[in-house]
Amino acid sequence: MGKISNEELLSKINSKFGEQVTTTGEPFGLLTIETGKEQIISLLSFLKTDAALQFIFLTALTGIHYPDQEKQIGVVYHLHSLVNNVRIRIKVFMHDTDVHIPTATVLWDGANWMERETYDFFGVVFDGHPDLRRILNVDDMTVFPMRKEFPLEDPNRVDKKDYFFGR
Amino acid sequence: MSDIQIVDAPPGVEGSGFFATSLDKAIGLARSHSLWPLPFATSCCGIEFMATMGSHYDLSRFGAERLSFSPRQADLLMVMGTISKKMGPVLRQVYLQMAEPRWVMAVGACASSGGIFDTYSVLQGIDEIIPVDVYVPGCPPRPEAIIDGFMGIQKLVQTESLRRRNEPEYQKLLASYGIQ
Repeated sequence: MGKISNEELLSKINSKFGEQVTTTGEPFGLLTIETGKEQIISLLSFLKTDAALQFIFLTALTGIHYPDQEKQIGVVYHLHSLVNNVRIRIKVFMHDTDVHIPTATVLWDGANWMERETYDFFGVVFDGHPDLRRILNVDDMTVFPMRKEFPLEDPNRVDKKDYFFGR
Repeated sequence: MSDIQIVDAPPGVEGSGFFATSLDKAIGLARSHSLWPLPFATSCCGIEFMATMGSHYDLSRFGAERLSFSPRQADLLMVMGTISKKMGPVLRQVYLQMAEPRWVMAVGACASSGGIFDTYSVLQGIDEIIPVDVYVPGCPPRPEAIIDGFMGIQKLVQTESLRRRNEPEYQKLLASYGIQ
């Protein structure tokens, strides 16, 4: 177990950010909090630079799309405090009409490619990113393929219809 | 006695001291037994090709001893494995660098049709970007199937007219892929 319990961690965050951060649970002991894009960088910066917490490692940064939610597009940060052996997950949700969020490359250089990937697949625009262009898909792709409205299979294909396979 | 087998002569006119056949057939015979394949192996079909090349199945029995890793010296492009859309232009470039006459073999379900990967990132068959002569089904095909496909290519090479590559139909085929 880590040197800091989730309760201590949460009380530290709440004493600094209060109402701006909500807790969504602790699945598998991983404290999960949600915040808005206005204070995401100051929250990340606090977690990274606080002398006791020291979440110096950005494990993962990715996106998610819940088409049934009011705020459909989410960005998920996983942080790891190597000193305390504690992890935390931070989610930020936004409307699909305004997918702008400040970049985390100001804190971690490692966020660069992860944000490019999130842009590539979900269309999230990271404001202030030094080089925000597609990283994995072909450059001339016009859609963001991990969005739920994107069909999984090519609808124009005729050679994989069910009747060819007796279905 | 040596057990080395030699291919039969093509059909022609034989008499004492001479043998006459058409240039097409003689060149086709020579070409088909000295094809230099370029293996473009991206996934598991490539592993099957390695078995095909190995001593047990021994593709060199068919004159394909010499793999060419330069497209400029290759006669046969063997595409084995999933080709993603991002790999597409690379494969096309390799095809363009090959000199005529050139043949293409799509080995396995992925190269032929995208296979199980009916998704945004995978090319749904290499025939979307380059013309294909022989398709080998299977996921992955056994070495026997790859050899069968190779013999299909040999058949094409043997029966191809020397003028085929200059014919308007062939130019039209290339033009339909945007290749001059």
